[in-house]
Amino acid sequence: MGVIQRIKKPTTRKGKKVLLSREPKPIEDTKQSIFLQARNPSERARKVLKDLYDLKKPDAAYLSRKNDFVPFEDATLIEKLCYKKDASLFGVSSHSKKRPHNIILGRTFNYGILDMIELGAENFKAMSDFHNMKVLAGIKPCLLFNGPVWELNQDLKRLKSLFTDFFYREKVESVRLQGLEHVISFSATDDGTIYLRSYRIHLKKSGQRTPRIELEEIGPSVDFKLRRTKLASADLFKEACRIPKELKPIAKKNQSTDAFGTKLGRIHMGKQDINRLQTRKMKGLKKSTEEKKQMLLKKKMAKKEAKKGNMLNA
Amino acid sequence: MDIVNEILEKEQKKAEKYKPITVEKHLELELDVGTLLAFDTNDLDTKLLKSDNQRDAYLQSLARDNTQLLLNKIWELPTERIDEAIVVKLPQPTTVLPRSKPVPKPKPLTKWQEFAKAKGITKQKKDKLKWDEQLQKWVPLYGFRKAAAEKEKDWLIEVPQNVDPMTDMYEKKASEKSEKVAKNELQRLKNIARSRKVNIPRVGLPVTSDKANATQLSTAAVVAKASTASLGKFQDKLPKEKEARGKGVHELIPGKVRKRNAPIPTPQMERENNLNLIDRILNKRPKIDMDKAVSKHIHKEQVQRSEEKKSMKPVKGKGKAKGGNVTNFSAKKPKAGKGQRNPNKKNPGRKRR
Repeated sequence: MGVIQRIKKPTTRKGKKVLLSREPKPIEDTKQSIFLQARNPSERARKVLKDLYDLKKPDAAYLSRKNDFVPFEDATLIEKLCYKKDASLFGVSSHSKKRPHNIILGRTFNYGILDMIELGAENFKAMSDFHNMKVLAGIKPCLLFNGPVWELNQDLKRLKSLFTDFFYREKVESVRLQGLEHVISFSATDDGTIYLRSYRIHLKKSGQRTPRIELEEIGPSVDFKLRRTKLASADLFKEACRIPKELKPIAKKNQSTDAFGTKLGRIHMGKQDINRLQTRKMKGLKKSTEEKKQMLLKKKMAKKEAKKGNMLNA
Repeated sequence: MDIVNEILEKEQKKAEKYKPITVEKHLELELDVGTLLAFDTNDLDTKLLKSDNQRDAYLQSLARDNTQLLLNKIWELPTERIDEAIVVKLPQPTTVLPRSKPVPKPKPLTKWQEFAKAKGITKQKKDKLKWDEQLQKWVPLYGFRKAAAEKEKDWLIEVPQNVDPMTDMYEKKASEKSEKVAKNELQRLKNIARSRKVNIPRVGLPVTSDKANATQLSTAAVVAKASTASLGKFQDKLPKEKEARGKGVHELIPGKVRKRNAPIPTPQMERENNLNLIDRILNKRPKIDMDKAVSKHIHKEQVQRSEEKKSMKPVKGKGKAKGGNVTNFSAKKPKAGKGQRNPNKKNPGRKRR
């Protein structure tokens, strides 16, 4: 009996390491993103995508080849490329008569499409059109969402989460105060127009500890129009948003804080012995001298016996 | 008084020199300092947004105000000094973003690991090297140079007395080893199948040599006999036939393996179980089989009706009952299509041509 065909296992140590690094982890690495071109993207659509890629640079890949596919009809190519590059965010540029200057932004969960939102780029001013100093690559930007529509419209609500996911980069413990130099602002109106603007922060003296903020536009500046969307179902999204058990804070038992911030604790007392409870003293209940003598005698006898017992044991 | 006024004036002048850091907002911003995110729920000025030349300026001023508010919050946080840079510790982010991969599941235990866990067996680490008395040197237990040491040691293998003297002991040893590897591999695959909850086909009786022994044959016979649709219930028995016993026989016959109940851990549990059993018996309600009850009722009605008919018949008979002869002999041929109709019974009737 020969050895049965083994189940596919990595042959090299390096391959094993790669596969291990791709396995799900409780604390995930920074989300990688890919940017690709669909059928005949226009100059503008391509430039918008390139600028988004520039903003996202250290954890992004720009795939310059054109791909003949329509993401909203068949997204297998995106899933495949995301698997290959181990990316979970993607941007696609395309152009057609029906949907001019089309940008599709989306994300995947477990290498399957989670959300996909189509935006039309109407007015566009590239980063290179602003002749000034840009921010450092890989810096964590501040994100601003202006307008009440971001919460009222379901599509925009998801788009807000998607934009946050795109530009949030990674969770950081601490941040350098002088390193806060980039702001991206997203303003949405009722008719589904989203104004993306990006600014560089100048910290000016204010006579106090907190500086006065001045902004300088560095681009890109795009006016997006919301088009088609393909959003994850509520249960899939919930599954994707699950926090692993290891990261959940352990709830402390019997502790609570009230509205004023006072810490309250609950203590468990043992059962009270009612028989030995000291009640009100009365002369009538007092022991007489005879009784007291007898009690003393009894105690002495008990002690003697205990001693005897001990001696015998020894 | 003059000094105070002077100082106040100075301060005012200083304040005038700098622009303010406070921002007035109708509704307060929703801030998530952990992600450096600010969400302004105030209504936007649609008039300014519509006009092409004022839009950018409006958006910039809006962004400036909101950034100022966000940074004001950040500057309030406790600071630290690390390598000549002032650093603030950010709080936990409140916005929950979807993960890119699902939450990892714990690795399923193999059958051995499960057993070891239940029995409290811990793995003892072996040394890589072992002193070999025969070779008088340290020999690796596994891995690099182990095969060489083995070769050096086994330059000659004695053929035992009970074995055919012509056997190749080296070949035997190699085949034993390869069998062990195969078994291990099979168990690995079984563990994988178990963890993925895949039903694997039962492996039949292992054939070790070309001639099977008596016990193997009897097991094979028992298994073959049980391989009918009724699990061998109606198969004839041979005289003096013995039921094969031993490990692995019952597993091959479906329905033979009995599940044993776990022993009851505490007397309280036992008491509870017994009480539950009594309750179950005492609170039993008669089960009603609706179909059976309905068919019973219908049957009863039918019997009643037929009885009534029987009792009615003599009254209906006109003059023919005179003779007292109940049987009806008449010259006429019986005709079809008369009498009670039964839709289920096909009445052939008279043939029509």
